[in-house]
Parts: sequence; structure tokens; C-alpha cells
Amino acid sequence: MDEKFDAIVIGAGPSGNAAAYTMAKAGLKVLQIERGEYPGSKNVQGAILYSKALEEIIPDFRDDAPLERHLIEQQMWVLDDESYIGTTFRSAEFNQQPYNRYTIIRAQFDKWFSKRVQAAGALLVCETTVSNLIMDGKRVIGVQTDREGGAVYADIVVLADGVNSLLAKKAGFHAELEPKDVALAVKEIHFLPEETIQSRFNIGEGEGVVIEMAGKITQGMMGTGFLYTNKDSLTIGVGCMLSDFKQQKITPYMLLEQMKAHPAIKPLLAGGEMKEYTAHLIPEGGYKAMPQLYGEGWMIVGDAGMFVNAVHREGSNLAMTTGRYAAETVIALKEKQLPMTAANLAIYQGRLEDSFVMKDMKKYKNMPEIFHNNNHFFTTYPELLNRAAHTMLTVDGVDKKTKEREIRKSFKQRRSLFGLMGDAYKMWRAFE
Amino acid sequence: MNTEKIPVKVEEKLFQNRYRVDAGRPHISIINQDTCRVECTTQECTVCCPAGCYTTEGNGQVVLITDGCLECGTCRIICSTYRNVDWEYPRGGYGILFKFG
Ligand SMILES: Cc1cc2nc3c(=O)[nH]c(=O)nc-3n(C[C@H](O)[C@H](O)[C@H](O)COP(=O)(O)OP(=O)(O)OC[C@H]3O[C@@H](n4cnc5c(N)ncnc54)[C@H](O)[C@@H]3O)c2cc1C
Ligand code: SF4
Ligand code: SF4
Repeated sequence: MDEKFDAIVIGAGPSGNAAAYTMAKAGLKVLQIERGEYPGSKNVQGAILYSKALEEIIPDFRDDAPLERHLIEQQMWVLDDESYIGTTFRSAEFNQQPYNRYTIIRAQFDKWFSKRVQAAGALLVCETTVSNLIMDGKRVIGVQTDREGGAVYADIVVLADGVNSLLAKKAGFHAELEPKDVALAVKEIHFLPEETIQSRFNIGEGEGVVIEMAGKITQGMMGTGFLYTNKDSLTIGVGCMLSDFKQQKITPYMLLEQMKAHPAIKPLLAGGEMKEYTAHLIPEGGYKAMPQLYGEGWMIVGDAGMFVNAVHREGSNLAMTTGRYAAETVIALKEKQLPMTAANLAIYQGRLEDSFVMKDMKKYKNMPEIFHNNNHFFTTYPELLNRAAHTMLTVDGVDKKTKEREIRKSFKQRRSLFGLMGDAYKMWRAFE
Repeated sequence: MNTEKIPVKVEEKLFQNRYRVDAGRPHISIINQDTCRVECTTQECTVCCPAGCYTTEGNGQVVLITDGCLECGTCRIICSTYRNVDWEYPRGGYGILFKFG
């Protein structure tokens, strides 16, 4: 493999696939390297696919992509130990084509995406780990792989290697991640007959439901749980900040097991057969934790660049969009026969700044700190809300006005009025 | 409800997964055993690894067996005080092999 390519893409997740596809389609000579046996074999996601980002790359993806169910309903639960209080949003509009959101199974989805990438003309090499970037001074000129004679060269190297992004660290592009900048998610997939899922969740064929959960299931840690319906399986998982796991010394699989035993969750899983247990990090440090995204001969896309909107659970769409922007940057420079210098690659940053990607990253830049400093959101409030609902809904001869007074009192006892208002203000500022 | 701990065997979970173990070539190692045993009083790796790869012996010694590793990166990042984990990906094609992900 002593050839030279126009571009090398490291990784075949959504960001790498988007980048490789876009460049190959424009006629560039692209090499994509993936360490897994097949694309997707190392990758984990909830998973919701947002159509828009993929549509812009592969408009006809619905024809043959492995899509599980399109989402027609979103539930948000706030749980205490015994109960949950929640909202449900279901709309007939979500049942009109083209559908906006789907559940997917990542191993299958990545494999499909990769077939499209290869059909577009990119060369994919699997079962190959890139061990280092090859540098000429400050410039990246190629990659070293763990294959024999495994050096390959290119004008540009796109780092699409996911959250751990060891390569950028080894090259000194950025420092090691801090526990406060990543969430650890653990999840399981449980198989059930299609009809059982449909009757259990009150949905028709092809229709799906998402349940997002917050509250005592995370045992005081900043994080959320989730349950997604696939065609004939359910995905159940929970993710919390690694700094909280570290501080509170909680074992992730025990957390998941406790959550699965919650009286509101257990019946939804009943009778299912668990077929896989996975764990993965999510880069949730937000805008303030983002690394430098380009340099001499290199660019970073997707999770490796901290492109995740934790509040809206967006990641794969940002991965695909940043992969596409990086690719379009390379294509534009190639057309003008310009070198892949940092100065020229700054177009990539510009594209990001002008788009929803950076606008959203900036909008939520204070979110991580607000949650880090206020664990009431995950402990006290869920309990208070559930207690309040319980008090109001229990018919026991106490008049409603007295009940309201009791609820107000319990809120104030647990958290001063000032604290409550402060939290509300901070939340509002962060979302504003 | 269940405030008491539900007993969980992580081995039973990992049993559902597919692996291609690179026998004799662990991809993660502890840099300095003495740091774990003597200096690190918290030993978060032994609690927070989602695959239970790290265990602590009676004398404070930490033992790492990477066969069930999910390649998440937690142990490397969580050891932020001592940076005592040498963490690489397995060789291409080895390690965890997600069927669903
Ligand atoms: C539990 C969970 C739930 C999520 N839910 C959602 C959701 O509902 N919706 C959503 O949009 N996002 C979600 N996300 C986020 C989403 O999964 C990520 O943002 C997305 O996968 C990032 O894509 P990526 O291509 O940047 O990285 P990855 O998908 O991680 O791909 C990186 C690829 O690079 C390869 N690689 C790494 N290093 C090397 C190397 N040295 N040599 C060769 N190959 C290498 C890896 O094997 C992998 O294939 C979720 C994440 C998790 C963990
Ligand atoms: S956290 Fe680090 S230093 Fe502490 S026991 Fe684990 S590996 Fe050793
Ligand atoms: S990478 Fe994750 S699963 Fe593997 S040993 Fe470290 S913490 Fe455990």
C-alpha cells in the first residue's frame, strides 16, 4: 500500500462514511480505514436517525437503508423510585411521508452506509487499525496502520475516529478528555415479537415510540435513560457523566439493572430476550470542550470533534453533516488546485460557524456546567414532582387547596424558593 | 422500590456478546502496578468499567483482564489523577464485535 491518495478517512461511522462518500462521489481518490471486522462492528448508538442530515448526502436513502420504525410518539418521563410523571406527544403528522425520524440498529445501518460509500468509488479497508499519523514537521502526510508495510499517504487525512480519538492525542492536536466532558452509556437490546411491541406500545406496523427518562434512575448523576422501539426489539439504556460515575462510584451495569427493575419499566421489557450488552462514551463536553478542528493536512469530524448536542440527543446527524462539510472543503480546494494547509482548510471552520452545527453548539455552551452544579435536576425535582402528582391524584378526603399548600411547602423544604427560582432562571437562560 | 442492590453478574451480560480475543496480546495495560496498590485509594477503574475488567485483590493490587472489554475508553479517562492506563485499540479485526450496536 505505498500508493498516494487524495484523501484518507479514518473510521467508517456516520462521520467517516459521509466524508468518504462525498469525496468519492466528486471523483477524488479516497481510502477509508476501519478497525472493525465490518463497518459498525465497533459502534453503538441509541439509536435515532434524523433524516435531514442523511437526506442531504443520500436523498434516496429510504429505498434500501435498514430503518427499523419511524417515530410517531415521544414520551418524556421524570421518575422517582416508585412512579413516573410524564408527557406524551403523538402526532398524525409524524405518520406522513417522508418520515423525519427513525430508529436504527447501528451495526446494520453502518454496513449499509458503507456499501453506498464503496459504490461511490471509495476504497475501504477493514480490520485495520491506524496506529499513528505520519507527520512531516507539523504537516500530516499519511497514516501508519497495523498491517505489514502499513504506511499510506494522502494530501489530507480526515479523522473520523470517534469519541476516543487516540490519533489526534498522540499527534498532540489536543489533550486527553476529562471525565466531565464525556458521558458513559450502557445499553441492552431485547428481542420481542413485532406484534407484542406494537400492542404494548399502542403502535401500528412500522410505527415507533421513544421514551426519554430522567430522575432517580440515574441515582443522582447527571444523565438520562432511554427506551426505543425497533422492529422486533427494544433498546434500553442509560447514560451519565463519567465525572459523576467517578465521584459516586457507581457501577454502570448495576445502574442499568436497577433501572430495568423500575415498576414502570419492567413490564415494557417483560418476556424479551436480551441479545447484546454494549457500552460507549458520548462526547458531551459541549462547545467549550471542543478541540482545534483542522490543521496542516488534517481535519476532525464527528464525535472526535465533540460534535454532540446532549440536550437534543443529536450526534449522528452532526457527524454526517461535519463529515460532509469537511469533504466539501477538500473538494473545493482540489478544484482550485490549492494545498491542504491550515489556512486553506479554515473554510471548514467557516462552514461550521455559518450552519446550525456551531450555532447550536454555542447556544447550549453553558448547559454542561448548569447541570454539573445542580444535581437537584436529577434527584430532588423528580421526587417532588412525583410526590405532587401522587398527592393530587390520591382521593383521600383532604381538600385540594390544602394539598396544594402541602406541595408548595414540600418544594420549599427541599430547596429554598430562591434556589428554585435560580434553577428555573438558569435553565431558561441555557435554552433561550 | 429496589433501593437494595439487585445482584448482577456482568459475565452473564457479556456472554451474549461476540468477541475475537487477540490471545496473549491485551490492548490495555496498567502502567505502574504500585501506583494502583499504594497511591490510588479510590480505584475507580474497578467500579466503573462497564465490563468488570478490573478487579481489586485483597492487598490492593489491581488485576486487569481485557477479554470482555467493550472498548469504551472509560478506564483511560477515569484514571485522570494518575494517568496510569496504557490504552490502545486492539489490532484490526480483534476485540468486541457488535452484532447490533
Ligand atoms: C448510547 C448512545 C446513544 C446515542 N443516541 C443517539 C441518537 O439517538 N441519535 C443520534 O443522532 N446520535 C446518538 N448518539 C451519538 C452517535 O452515536 C454519535 O454521535 C455518532 O456515532 C458519531 O459518529 P462518528 O462517525 O463520529 O463516530 P463513530 O460512530 O464512533 O465511528 C468511529 C469509527 O472509527 C473507527 N476507528 C476509531 N479509531 C480507529 C483507528 N485508529 N483506526 C481505524 N478505525 C478507527 C471505529 O471503529 C468506528 O467505526 C448516541 C450515542 C450513544 C453511545
Ligand atoms: S484508577 Fe488508575 S491508578 Fe487507580 S487503580 Fe485504576 S488504573 Fe490504577
Ligand atoms: S475500555 Fe471500557 S470496557 Fe474496556 S477495560 Fe476500559 S472501561 Fe472496561
